[in-house]
This record gives sequence, C-alpha cells and structure tokens, in this order.
Amino acid sequence: MKIGILLKEGPYNHQASDTAYKFAEAAIKKGHTVDAVFLYNDGVTNVTKHMDPPQDDRDIAGRWNELKQKHGVEVLACIAASKRRGISDEVIIEGGEITGLGTLTDIAIRNDRLVTFGD
Amino acid sequence: MEDNTDVKKIMHVMRRAPHGSIYTYEGLEMILIMAAYEQDLSVAFIGDGVYALKEDQDTAGIGIKGFAKTFMALDGYDVEKLYVDKTSLEERGLTEDDLLVDVEVLASEEIGRLMNEQDVVVPH
Amino acid sequence: MLHTINKSPFENTTLETCVRFVQPDDPILFIEDGVYAVQANNRFAALVGDTLKSNPVYALQPDLDARGIADITEGVVAVDYEGFVELVEEHQVNSWL
Repeated sequence: MKIGILLKEGPYNHQASDTAYKFAEAAIKKGHTVDAVFLYNDGVTNVTKHMDPPQDDRDIAGRWNELKQKHGVEVLACIAASKRRGISDEVIIEGGEITGLGTLTDIAIRNDRLVTFGD
Repeated sequence: MEDNTDVKKIMHVMRRAPHGSIYTYEGLEMILIMAAYEQDLSVAFIGDGVYALKEDQDTAGIGIKGFAKTFMALDGYDVEKLYVDKTSLEERGLTEDDLLVDVEVLASEEIGRLMNEQDVVVPH
Repeated sequence: MLHTINKSPFENTTLETCVRFVQPDDPILFIEDGVYAVQANNRFAALVGDTLKSNPVYALQPDLDARGIADITEGVVAVDYEGFVELVEEHQVNSWL
C-alpha cells in the first residue's frame, strides 16, 4: 500500500512529529511504501538543519533525513508555510525539499492513504 | 458505471476558530490550491470551525488579515460543497443567518456519512 | 473510516464531538494525550463503554505506557504502531486534531 503523511506541527513542542515518524517506520517495516511526508503549518520547521538537541534527546530533523536517505521518503515543506516562517533552501536539511501545495494534492491523489498528524 | 478513479473525494474539516491560530487560514489556502486540481472537494465546518463563517468579523484591530470573505469566493473555484454541523451552530447560539456564506446545515450523522464516503479527510 | 483522537478529553471536547460523527462499526484509535480517555474508572469510562457497543475502540500502547496507564476500560484494545498501520490498511483515516 502507498501512504502519504501530512504533518502539521513543529518538532518537540508537540508529539505529532514523533508519532508521524513512528508510524512511518512501522509502515515501512510492514512492507508499505511511505511516499512522502508533507510538512504544513508549523510542521515546516521539522526540517531546519541547525537543530542541536541535547545528546540524550532524539534528533527530529536527523530522523527525517535518515528516512529520506534509507527509504526514499520525500520530506517536503510547503513553500507558502515555509516563507511565512523563514524556512528556505539555505536552512533546511539535505533530505528535505521545499515545494508547493500542488505537490500535496498529487500526494493525496496518488496514494492509497493520507494520514495526518498534528496538534 | 464506475467512478472516475482519477478523481478523489477530499473533505477539508475546519474545527478551529479563526484568528486565534493560523489553522483555518492556512487550511483555506490549501483548499484554494487543491481546487485547481479538479478533485471532488468539500469543506465541513464543525465545532469552533463554524466561527470562520461568522458575519461581521473585523480584524483591523488585531493586526491580522481577515479572510472570512475568501470563503465567499470558494464558489468561484467550484468548491460548492460547504457543510455546517447543525449542533455546532446551535451550541454557539448561532443560526444560518449569522453566516456570511451559503452553506448546507446538516445533522452530525449526515456529515458523518459524507465523511465516510471520502478518499481523503484533511483536518485543519 | 478510522478516527484518531489525540487530545485529553479533560481539556478538549474532541472526543465528544467525534462520537457524534462516527458511523457504526468505524474504529476509533486514541493516540498521544487522547489515551487518557481510556483509563479505567475515569469520568469518560461510561462514554467509552457506550461507544464500544457500536464501534471498536483502540488505544496506542506506547502512549499508554508513556503515561503510566496500565488499567484501561474493558473492551478497549491496545495496539502498537504496527497495529495502527494495520488499522490504516483497512480504513481511510480521519484525524480529529
């Protein structure tokens, strides 16, 4: 099954990023394709590359990077939401990409499921 | 006849009050973009989401751009299926006359049935 | 349609709103702070019990564990993230954020 994920909340403040990640991980483990994680609202701040959490805390941006590199999951930040929040190509992780809401529409159309996480 | 499999039924669910958070406004931006993709779109207003359609909103004093009138423009984007939960309106002491857009006021079960027909539900 | 609820019922009406819309037999899955709804003998046990008469109710085990909830309302089924995925295999998803 092909699954798209919509993540609407920033990292750390809320558990949404963690649940989305755990869900994606479990879906991949069960043999599903996680096509993309689309970041909207404050969710776009999930892919800022200067995140530097304490060593004993999870590295949320790093985790998304890994999901892209190991499993080919596109990690896409909405351009309109990003511009509002000062997120640009210069500040995002290598595995992330900034794209338009049209891409989210394509994700909604081409996948069997769109699962949303947020506050 | 089989449904056109390329057209998906996508329902956007508005459940937040406007202005206090950005969810409704960015939700509206998403709907306007999706409208260009010729999918079967609908919007449901539930709970505090019904306040987004309240007439007489004036945001000048809070320094945030108002967008209530943009909901009136949805019709021009062929987004014509606007459903408002009757119970949510009543709980808030509102009637259809307090809303600035033509909507279908439906019982929760009816909106629930429509939700169940969707391929995608996007909460805002 | 799978309905997910991620808010504590003690500070948010999401649960009460959601159950008005849920169709018979549709599963409800509590995640994140939503799992506080299924702690046994709480104020929402009756509502959860009533819902169970028409709908299967699940709670995410890692979220229960994280919150120290061991005793859950009878009939509620705890699932892990893979169980969450299995529910998504069977149903479209409606997240009540």
